[in-house]
Amino acid sequence: MLKRYNINNQILILTGILIIVPFLLQNDFHFEIAILAILNALICIGLNLLMGYAGQVSLGHGAFAGLGAYISVILSSNYELNPLLSIFIAVMIMAVLAFIISKPILNLKGHYLAMATLGIGIIISIVLEVEEEFTGGSDGMSVDSLVVFGYEFSDSISWYILCAVLLVFTIWAFENLINSPFGRLLRSIHDSEKAADSVGIDVSHYKSIVFVISVVIATIAGSLYAFFSGFISPQEASFSHSIELVVMVVLGGLGRVYGALFGAVILTTLPQLLTAFEDYETLVFGVIIILVMIFMPKGIVSLFDKVVKKKEQNSASS
Amino acid sequence: MLQVNNVTKQFGGVKAVDNLSFNVKKGTIHSIIGPNGAGKTTLVNMITGVYKVDSGTVFLDGGDITNLATNKLVHRGICRTFQHLEICGNLTVIENVMLGFDKYMDKNIIRSCFRAKSILDDEKRYLERGMHLLDLIGLADFANNEAKNLSYGILKKLEIIRALATTPELMLLDEPVAGLNPKETQEVSDLIKTVVADEVTVILVEHDMKMIMNISDHITVMNFGKKLAEGNPTEIVNNEDVIKAYLGSGALSGK
Amino acid sequence: MIELFGYMLSGVTVGFIYTLVGLGFTVIYNSSGIINFSQGEFVMAGGMSTVFLLYAGLPLGVAFVLAIMITSLIGIVLYKLISFSKDSSQISLIILTLGFAIFLRGLAQVIFDKQLHTMPSFVGDGAFEIFETTLTYQALAVIVVSIVIVISLYLFFNKTKTGQAMMAASNNVDAAKLMGINIKKILMLNFAISAVIASIGGILLTPITSTNYEVGIMLGLKGFCAAIIGGLGTPFGAVAGGLVLGILESLVAGYVSSEYKDAVAFIVLLAILFFMPGGIFGNLKSQRV
Repeated sequence: MLKRYNINNQILILTGILIIVPFLLQNDFHFEIAILAILNALICIGLNLLMGYAGQVSLGHGAFAGLGAYISVILSSNYELNPLLSIFIAVMIMAVLAFIISKPILNLKGHYLAMATLGIGIIISIVLEVEEEFTGGSDGMSVDSLVVFGYEFSDSISWYILCAVLLVFTIWAFENLINSPFGRLLRSIHDSEKAADSVGIDVSHYKSIVFVISVVIATIAGSLYAFFSGFISPQEASFSHSIELVVMVVLGGLGRVYGALFGAVILTTLPQLLTAFEDYETLVFGVIIILVMIFMPKGIVSLFDKVVKKKEQNSASS
Repeated sequence: MLQVNNVTKQFGGVKAVDNLSFNVKKGTIHSIIGPNGAGKTTLVNMITGVYKVDSGTVFLDGGDITNLATNKLVHRGICRTFQHLEICGNLTVIENVMLGFDKYMDKNIIRSCFRAKSILDDEKRYLERGMHLLDLIGLADFANNEAKNLSYGILKKLEIIRALATTPELMLLDEPVAGLNPKETQEVSDLIKTVVADEVTVILVEHDMKMIMNISDHITVMNFGKKLAEGNPTEIVNNEDVIKAYLGSGALSGK
Repeated sequence: MIELFGYMLSGVTVGFIYTLVGLGFTVIYNSSGIINFSQGEFVMAGGMSTVFLLYAGLPLGVAFVLAIMITSLIGIVLYKLISFSKDSSQISLIILTLGFAIFLRGLAQVIFDKQLHTMPSFVGDGAFEIFETTLTYQALAVIVVSIVIVISLYLFFNKTKTGQAMMAASNNVDAAKLMGINIKKILMLNFAISAVIASIGGILLTPITSTNYEVGIMLGLKGFCAAIIGGLGTPFGAVAGGLVLGILESLVAGYVSSEYKDAVAFIVLLAILFFMPGGIFGNLKSQRV
């Protein structure tokens, strides 16, 4: 049964770790970090699909997550809609928006595509900040708690379980997707668009689809974070948040779903570890990025690859 | 089967293809030859939707396919290979072949994420078919190797097999033996003549005269974007204009 | 009408700053195909270094020169880092330069501080009255120096042997190598030049808008927009783009909404990317894509 449903070793290990972690966390703040790390990981998995598999760099994903979250929050707070319904509607709206945006920009090559996503992201973040009537401006808005079928998610543990389940599900679904014809199609587009074209694949259509998927995931994760923290501000949509996400994906390992996970976890927890350095935090962060990009450009996950390779070599020779 | 009517393509002031017309009969191997710069690849690109024609039309079995996009043509039964190899290096050999089956496969995202039965069945069925195709070129043992690790000659054959997997009615092969040694050239030539031509009408663009003469049913000769001559191999070999265009009969008799 | 002229004038002044930042991008991009996301931090480094050297008591001229030298060293350091990296894919380099930007900001935080700093205008605090609009001496200095730099760059790349070698190298690396041109030295020189231009921009800007460790972020982004709007293939692109951007920003801030001022750069960027990806000058020269 494990094989039929593709529940491989990594999923089991991940589930095991996720079950153990809560017992290691000592207070609410720790839980907050863990939940944030998981939600960031979700956005990164979507972003990794876009960047690593479809080969499209997005420097504006923070803005999409933020905008999606704002829509969910506004619908639930101002229009008194059920939070889950709000998220659902926000997802629909963002999906349509993403599809429309994708058409002109996905024709751009390389750097130009990156700059277009950057431009769109910054414009969104400025709009969110300026239009105070709707968004509360830079002071942000407070958000009601998430209520699903009468159950209110009010404590850390219930949020943690929700997020952990979502994470395992997303990674599982993602691995299935990559190993399916759809996944193969994506990987082919990444390698050679001409080849994909020549077997009947509508390349620009699929690039759009992947872009939409990545925005949808970002919307869901961003919205959940807003409901969890009880607060939303234009910071969520800022350029620096967008850059953080891209750094997470690349540092973790581009094109690897566990890379996205590692990157998100490490970069979410890192600032907490770095508070010891106080003023040196930004400096150290910059140094880490530089060192990883120079010595481990394939990402942190490549360290694991080397360990696994060594093990295979040892067992082969023995 | 394929009717190319008065097609023209201009780049700047130069007519790469100039008012060219020819017909391809179903079930034949129809070759297009000509000196470098004659406009052969441009012609192929126009037929396969890479370039838009400036004027003229292309008909397939009576249906107008002028300017249809490459990927749409695949669904109409036209497939092509590339002069400069387009293989997905990071995919395995068998995955490259299964790409050819893409139009038949279920790509629904939800079903893919949940490993629905239709997805798994598709994979199984087309994996088998793909392996069968790989057998034809003796690559079954390399099925799980990443394509980028294989030699150029093998990949050229792989590209043809991938094209075959799309079950086309018409295949355009753009210099399939360019850069291959004599042994590899013979293998590709055999592949085209026996396997491909069995099921598919072929348009072959090539420089290798020996191969052209060996396997072609019909030849169209181009020069400076225009049609220079047309006929079966014997007629072409003896055509004075063709001989003149190719600088000496030595080239034509296969030396 | 006076108002319009006033906006145009301040737009031109800011526009030339954008030009200087954009020029830095263009120089590096043309020689190596790399988008340097830390370009804005070079500008910041120029301004901040000068301010603190002045605080330390150094005379104006010395502070300028030292600041420029420091920044050009920073540019060379970046070049070295890039050449050490094992993977030169586009995304790796984007992250590397972004990381370098974060590093520089962190360094500025530590070496200097987080405050806003300014320095007195080095051409005096006076101003001209033109058509009832004020043009400060400093603003005029910005315009003049920028024009001088642009012309110097043009002359350097087109009329000097070294410059021409650099143009040749960027067009065809292999041919240049065969001609005995040292590619590494050229790339390094390009990074240094780019940093020098940026630091001069930072120095010019500081008396007008003050500086702090974060000033490079928006400046870098807008400078990049300017370069793309004008067209990356030529230094005149940065000029055209910078001026268009500066003037449009000023007009929007004055007549439409000052809150959306920052959005102008990116809206124009998107418009250019969608409709004229080569930029204003892009259609006149061949593009490096």
